[in-house]
Amino acid sequence: MDFQLMGQILPFMAEASLLTVSLTVYSLVIGLFVAMIVAMGRFSSVKPIRWVATAYVSIMRGTPLLVQLFIIFFGGPQFGLDLKPFSAGVLTMGLNIGAYMSEGIKGSIIAVDKGQTEASRSLGFGRFDTMRLFIFPQAAALMIRSLGVNTVILAKSTALVSTIGVVELTYSAQRFVTSTYKPFEVFAVAGAAYIVIVGAILLTVRGLEHLFDAHRKAAA
Amino acid sequence: MNQQKPMIELRQIRKSYGSHEVLKGIDLVVPRGKIVSIIGPSGSGKSTLLRSINMLEETSSGEIWLDGQQVNRPLKGRVFEKHINHIRQEMGMVFQQFNLFPHLTVLQNIMIGPMRLKGLTKTAARDRANALLAKVGLADKGQAYPARLSGGQKQRVAIARALAMQPKVMLFDEATSALDPELVEEVNQVMKQLVSEHMTMLIVTHEMRFAAEVSDHVLFMDGGVVVEQGDPRQILSNPIEERTRVFLRKHLSN
Ligand SMILES: Nc1ncnc2c1ncn2[C@@H]1O[C@H](COP(=O)(O)OP(=O)(O)OP(=O)(O)O)[C@@H](O)[C@H]1O
Ligand SMILES: [Mg+2]
Repeated sequence: MDFQLMGQILPFMAEASLLTVSLTVYSLVIGLFVAMIVAMGRFSSVKPIRWVATAYVSIMRGTPLLVQLFIIFFGGPQFGLDLKPFSAGVLTMGLNIGAYMSEGIKGSIIAVDKGQTEASRSLGFGRFDTMRLFIFPQAAALMIRSLGVNTVILAKSTALVSTIGVVELTYSAQRFVTSTYKPFEVFAVAGAAYIVIVGAILLTVRGLEHLFDAHRKAAA
Repeated sequence: MNQQKPMIELRQIRKSYGSHEVLKGIDLVVPRGKIVSIIGPSGSGKSTLLRSINMLEETSSGEIWLDGQQVNRPLKGRVFEKHINHIRQEMGMVFQQFNLFPHLTVLQNIMIGPMRLKGLTKTAARDRANALLAKVGLADKGQAYPARLSGGQKQRVAIARALAMQPKVMLFDEATSALDPELVEEVNQVMKQLVSEHMTMLIVTHEMRFAAEVSDHVLFMDGGVVVEQGDPRQILSNPIEERTRVFLRKHLSN
């Protein structure tokens, strides 16, 4: 094992991981937005909206992320959607993780006691207000964990964007391999960088959970 | 609105779950300022009937009237939503399981309806909430979260929350059934106070003694029909129908 090499490439890999982090963050923002809309769609009183939302989730979960990425990056220009690799990556991953996250949101909303909806409706609140004022705030505490798990999956799947030329962690590693011929050392460093990123996400999730727990303890 | 019109009137209400008909043509009148109680065995359709009145359950047929307005008007979509949200503001409902909002304080639970739906200012809503809390004997609990309260206290807050909308009628669905026996009385006291204030009330209960004490009229339901109804003392001590006798024998002996 060439520890010296590992030490040498570390600063460069650290820099590349910044790109991985920003891919994750941008995709997460889009993903949460998409997830919210899709989850709402699945509870809509309008049947076609429910169908569209359900179909969206099925398609995004039923096809490989890599295929989705290629459709948007290579297929997009055919329809006037000519994106830079970074943007194509962020858009694809956001749309993809949004579908998964919407399932977690839906599950947490279903988990809120039905009596809450009845109390709200019996006071005269409409469907939307009921969701916004009573159901969603209670579901939020329940959905943190599943959103966290999906964010970890998202961070790791940013590696796929290396295939369309974004020089994030995995692509940087591949470049170092061609110049050093030491794939084990190089990818070990890359792997360690992913672990640091994932660790940071898990710590954030735990922090948020504590925050909600503290609220609940104050409430209890 | 109209002194002659009853506060609540149900005409031939029917309701099915699939092929199972749980309400088989119910007629019911709650006159203004009167207390009507519904008793009957488990599964007889009492909750379903009560929940049909504010359309938490959809009925298959029949008419529902509140103070001269038809509740189940044949409207669709947004128009219906607007109509029913308005109607529901005029009927307070109290549930067996309290259903307080756990993420809000007691005061917020009571204030949110008047503020968001009736356009009260925060100050006005807080004043109203505090007055109601004092009335149900919980003046010092405004800042507490529901999880901190006993069952009896929760139910009293739930009653205050419903009253804060200044409803024309209060619907109670076994308000004391989920309570430990020693907590029943404090909720009954609050309900009796409403009786003395001439609030119109429709009460589903399994407490025969309480029903006899407060009601102007009692209905006995079984199998989705009203088997017998009348003066509470007559129904509870000297029923005509055999089914009522059987039910009461079981219940009064417990
Ligand atoms: N959502 C539902 N789906 C199918 N059947 C239902 C549903 N809700 C109630 N029922 C049935 O309707 C009938 C009447 O139920 P309801 O809850 O109105 O009875 P109840 O008189 O309030 O009983 P209890 O004293 O136990 O509260 C029962 O047979 C019940 O099984
Ligand atoms: Mg019931």
